[in-house]
Amino acid sequence: MAALDLEPDPDRRPLTIASTAERGAIRRRWFLTAPALLVLILAASGPLLIVLAYSFLKAGAYGGVVWEFSGEAWFKVVFQRDIFDGTMSYADAHLSILWRSIKLSFLTTILAVALGFPTAYFIATRPPRTRNLWMFLITIPFWTNLLIRTFAIMEVIRNEGIVNTVLMSLGIIDEPIQMMYTNFAIALGMVYVYLPLMVLPIYASMEKLDFRLVEAGYDLYATRIRVFTRVIIPLVKPGIVAGFILVFIPALGAYVTPRILGGGKNMMLGNLIELQFGQGRNWPLGAALSITLLAIVMIALIVYVRGTRRAAGDHG
Amino acid sequence: MRDGGGTTKGIAVRGVSKVFDAAAAAVRALDDVSVTIHENEFFTLLGPSGCGKTTLLRLIAGFESPSAGEILLDGAPLAHLPPFRRPVNTVFQNYALFPHMSVMENVAFGLEMLGKPKREIEKTVNDMLRLVRMEELRDRATNKISGGQQQRVALARALAPRPKVLLLDEPLSALDLKLRKEMQIELKRLQKDTGITFVFVTHDQEEALTMSDRVAVMSQGKILQVGSPREIYEHPAKRFVADFIGETNYLEAEIVASGHGQAQIRLSSGAQIAASLPEGGRLTGKVTVVVRPEHASLTLDAAKATFSGRLENIVYFGTDTHYHVRLADGSLFTVRMQNARGHEETDRINAEVGVILAENAAQVLRD
Ligand SMILES: Nc1ncnc2c1ncn2[C@@H]1O[C@H](COP(=O)(O)OP(=O)(O)OP(=O)(O)O)[C@@H](O)[C@H]1O
Ligand SMILES: [Mg+2]
Repeated sequence: MAALDLEPDPDRRPLTIASTAERGAIRRRWFLTAPALLVLILAASGPLLIVLAYSFLKAGAYGGVVWEFSGEAWFKVVFQRDIFDGTMSYADAHLSILWRSIKLSFLTTILAVALGFPTAYFIATRPPRTRNLWMFLITIPFWTNLLIRTFAIMEVIRNEGIVNTVLMSLGIIDEPIQMMYTNFAIALGMVYVYLPLMVLPIYASMEKLDFRLVEAGYDLYATRIRVFTRVIIPLVKPGIVAGFILVFIPALGAYVTPRILGGGKNMMLGNLIELQFGQGRNWPLGAALSITLLAIVMIALIVYVRGTRRAAGDHG
Repeated sequence: MRDGGGTTKGIAVRGVSKVFDAAAAAVRALDDVSVTIHENEFFTLLGPSGCGKTTLLRLIAGFESPSAGEILLDGAPLAHLPPFRRPVNTVFQNYALFPHMSVMENVAFGLEMLGKPKREIEKTVNDMLRLVRMEELRDRATNKISGGQQQRVALARALAPRPKVLLLDEPLSALDLKLRKEMQIELKRLQKDTGITFVFVTHDQEEALTMSDRVAVMSQGKILQVGSPREIYEHPAKRFVADFIGETNYLEAEIVASGHGQAQIRLSSGAQIAASLPEGGRLTGKVTVVVRPEHASLTLDAAKATFSGRLENIVYFGTDTHYHVRLADGSLFTVRMQNARGHEETDRINAEVGVILAENAAQVLRD
């Protein structure tokens, strides 16, 4: 066994005098990064910890919290108690809202990829001078307030809106199609709002794409579709994944769009949370729901990181 | 006639021009180029940067289409074929290996796209990797191998589908001298072994001369001369060709008599010598003649000399020595003579020396 110990271990650093100097360097590095760390702790972790703490407190009668430990909020995230006989059952309302949130966010993301990818491809294949103009056009919606943009969508799809008016005057339909206050309306609004967040990262990786690799694909007998699936998609995958995250996560917590376009019935998680902090006067439940949302996002991110690391490890 | 019939094997480039409409001005990258590249030939495009070598390759590969003219492969026009339907593969100037695939996957790509059975793909890939001596690194990522290795992978990838024509765009330019020499020999061997037509691009004249069956010298979108390395070197038709390849002396002369590709010319010194005429050159009047430095020698015997001058400088090069002779009309003439043992050099700088031209040393230029 002793002989084995003599084998050089690449992971173990030999103990030398240098390690004292190294320790000094590490201490200095800590010192230099301290301000950034402080900001991170205060600005990001602090509020989160408060929210986490609130989720384990009792609700105050008129909002706020009573500083008394309680698991009630977490219980209510998943279960509900019958007011009369006290029997327990799943909190269908919460679960269906959660499910709708995930479903709609996912749908939104898929649609955003479907629309954003060709858009990014189109822009990336323009001559360099016109590319900036196209990117500029993509960012124009950002100049307008989110509320106004959402009301604009409403103007288009409501019963007396542009789409229905045109279709009716053309005689294609007899009565307006109900689009407002449906899941469709929410998805449409979110795709519209989040599309630039999909286009930007895909365009960024598409622009870096070495077009000579595409030519190499054609040269080696790959048809256009094959070049697309075997060369372009794998090479811009980081951009697609980034776009996926940038759209899926805010969509999951979306609040304004579902509120306006989905109405009171088609709530999403963001509206539910807002409800608890507002009219519901149940801050702990709101906090618990917020943490739930955060957990879903974290799980999604971990799955993603694992996935990409494995993909990178293939050839690594 | 080789170019005439539609059944000629190989590549026929006929009157091809390529104009790029860049933002402000149009760039004429190729200007009425016609050339025939035979089957199984190692054909080299030689020329300075920007002369249109890559453009010609891209037209053959199908990445660009000609503004005028046409390109035929084995007698059939290529115009309507997209790159992925042409039996032509390219070794790109920068290799363009797929970064998301391993060495092996890169080599297999073309075969997969052709829908070859798995067994065959595996076998061909192994053969190719052995051919370029990359078997050990088959599972490596392509960005984790050296430049020379990348080049070999690019070569294997392009050869694997057994194209009729392999286009190589300065594949050796990124390599150091030693590896470059090795790869030159290997490329030549591969071309012989596979019998594939190689169209090789370089701006290195030595590389062109040592590897090619035939060389086309290009300048500013035109092919100036096509011929075997020997023809190009010994019988350059244009000043640019003579200048671009090797060292050259220029002499002004007048044609006295001509016929059958040969002429009797009178040099400005008054001497009359025989010279080769270029194809399609003029047959009378004033011309410029080139003489390679090694096709001349020095003498002290005035009677033997073709012309004479003052020895101005002697430069020792190891295997040979260069003598710079100032002629009567003021021009400098270089003579290169091999250094033999026991042949001691006496310092004759500023002495009057005679220059003897070897038989057939003089070549009349077309321009
Ligand atoms: N896509 C293009 N758009 C505009 N001009 C181009 C384009 N491609 C090439 N050119 C121009 O055409 C001319 C020939 O270019 P080409 O790439 O064929 O040269 P080359 O002989 O391969 O040079 P090098 O030895 O530097 O690779 C150059 O003047 C170049 O600027
Ligand atoms: Mg080039």
